[in-house]
Amino acid sequence: MLEISNLYKSFNTGTINEVNALQDVSLSVGDGSFVCVLGTNGSGKSTLLNAIAGTFISDAGTIILNGRNITRLPEHKRACQIGRVFQNPFSGTAPGMSISENLALAAKRGKKRGLGWGLPVSVVRDLKSRVKALNMGLEERMNTQIGKLSGGQRQALTLLMASWLKPDLLLLDEHTAALDPTTAGKVIEMTKQIVTDYKLTTLMVTHSMQQAVNLGNRIIMMHQGKIKYDFSGEEKNKMKVPDLLSLFDELRRKDQIDAGEALLLSAKHV
Amino acid sequence: MTLLIGSITIGLILALLALGIFISFRIFNFPDITAEGSFTFGAAITASLIVAGANPAVATLLAFAGGLLAGSTTGLIHTRFKINPLLSGILVMTALYSVNLYVMGKSNVPLLSRNTLFTWFEKFSNIISGKDATVNLIGWSVPARDLWTLIFCLLITVAFSLLLLWFFRTNIGTAMRATGDNDQMIRALGVNTKGMIISGVALSNGFIALAGSMLAQFQGFADVQMGIGMLVWGLASVIIGEALISDNKLGLVIAGAVIGAVLFRLLVAIALRWGMNPNNLKLITAAFVFLALVLPGFMKQTKKIKLPG
Repeated sequence: MLEISNLYKSFNTGTINEVNALQDVSLSVGDGSFVCVLGTNGSGKSTLLNAIAGTFISDAGTIILNGRNITRLPEHKRACQIGRVFQNPFSGTAPGMSISENLALAAKRGKKRGLGWGLPVSVVRDLKSRVKALNMGLEERMNTQIGKLSGGQRQALTLLMASWLKPDLLLLDEHTAALDPTTAGKVIEMTKQIVTDYKLTTLMVTHSMQQAVNLGNRIIMMHQGKIKYDFSGEEKNKMKVPDLLSLFDELRRKDQIDAGEALLLSAKHV
Repeated sequence: MTLLIGSITIGLILALLALGIFISFRIFNFPDITAEGSFTFGAAITASLIVAGANPAVATLLAFAGGLLAGSTTGLIHTRFKINPLLSGILVMTALYSVNLYVMGKSNVPLLSRNTLFTWFEKFSNIISGKDATVNLIGWSVPARDLWTLIFCLLITVAFSLLLLWFFRTNIGTAMRATGDNDQMIRALGVNTKGMIISGVALSNGFIALAGSMLAQFQGFADVQMGIGMLVWGLASVIIGEALISDNKLGLVIAGAVIGAVLFRLLVAIALRWGMNPNNLKLITAAFVFLALVLPGFMKQTKKIKLPG
């Protein structure tokens, strides 16, 4: 259960480039929910994910995950509850290390790392069987450096790594945006399977309306640092791509009107 | 032959330096110039303690501890105060110059006729092979003492290399390597990357100070200037090792750094023997490292240009 209340975050505060990336965001996500987060560029959806993951500390508000207040915790202390996949396929794996080593690192997410052997034989066997389940033939290349794999392979492994210990919350930040359509499709299939199999609570940021329609049981749409729409249940199931597109257009139109009005006002009164 | 054995011995001592540079430069991509200060720091600590009558083994281990301290200071300045790695190293290196003078009390501390690790090796040789014994080594007559010294240095270096290899294969060591490889990823997996950088740079400087300590005992003095150029020296060793091994298996890379250090020392000894002015040594070392850093990229470029035609 994720409870976000009245979250605020601004960047470059006090300068001309001030961005209010999150403005009074409140969101409650029940266990096992799969939420797709949509929004225009700069709407704050990635900021929201980063705020939850702890990439930065929020200005105000609270984040409670499974009863633990993580608002002020540094990123590495939240990691025991959160699994992440990044937009950039290169971000989620250590390129100079082997597939086994990367997976073994993930198998200890948020746990104490001591002087025990990093790759015991029993663990390697377990890693191999799980990699085999990906059906990518990578189980024969466990000692290959991850940097030598394609973006899609790396992203699939990152997904496997993030979900390894069944996190309380899985954060997917446009994790297929940098992949070609076929690979993206495969990774999405895999996402779907892992999330359903493990019953993971998931927040997925995406730019693809199709993904948002096909996946998950809830859609939230962000705009200018705020959550503008929130659909779940029957309402979410009825959503089609054109519906979402028209909502986007509506948001954009409102923007333009606002800007126009502001101009008019300033012309009249200043 | 005596010269050759002496060079290999120094090469093995400086292999510890190369391992230290390997940790900071290759694992963390952290060009850590603290090395120049911590190398002397290790020598200074050991020399002062030995002069004060301490056990040489204790004096050597305390040099290692001193290196850890110097390295963690650099790591702390870099991570806690967000100062650029190079600048953090420069700050600590500069500060260490004064600290070293303070520790030694003067700019040069001789260790002649003092009990060092190397007088122990000599004693051992006297007991095993007899006093002033010589050994016939492929036609050359070599003092048994020099040979035993070489063997002991080899054992020490191999022991520390294996220790490092083991450490980097443990859970914490693997996390440390991942920190240098992709810090974003490993933070998301719950590792305190700042702590990893601090302990990694500390470990690196521990090895470097150990090399300084051993070298001071071998050559019979500690000098406040002896650390100058050591970073580039270590880099040269690491780069030669990489060129020889051209594999990224951890064990081989570590072995490469050790072999590189010995080989580089031999090359220098040969060049000096051929009459190279010692004053040119640092210039040539720097030029060598420059070329080694630039050439691989340059060769790739020329290949790329040729491909379409």
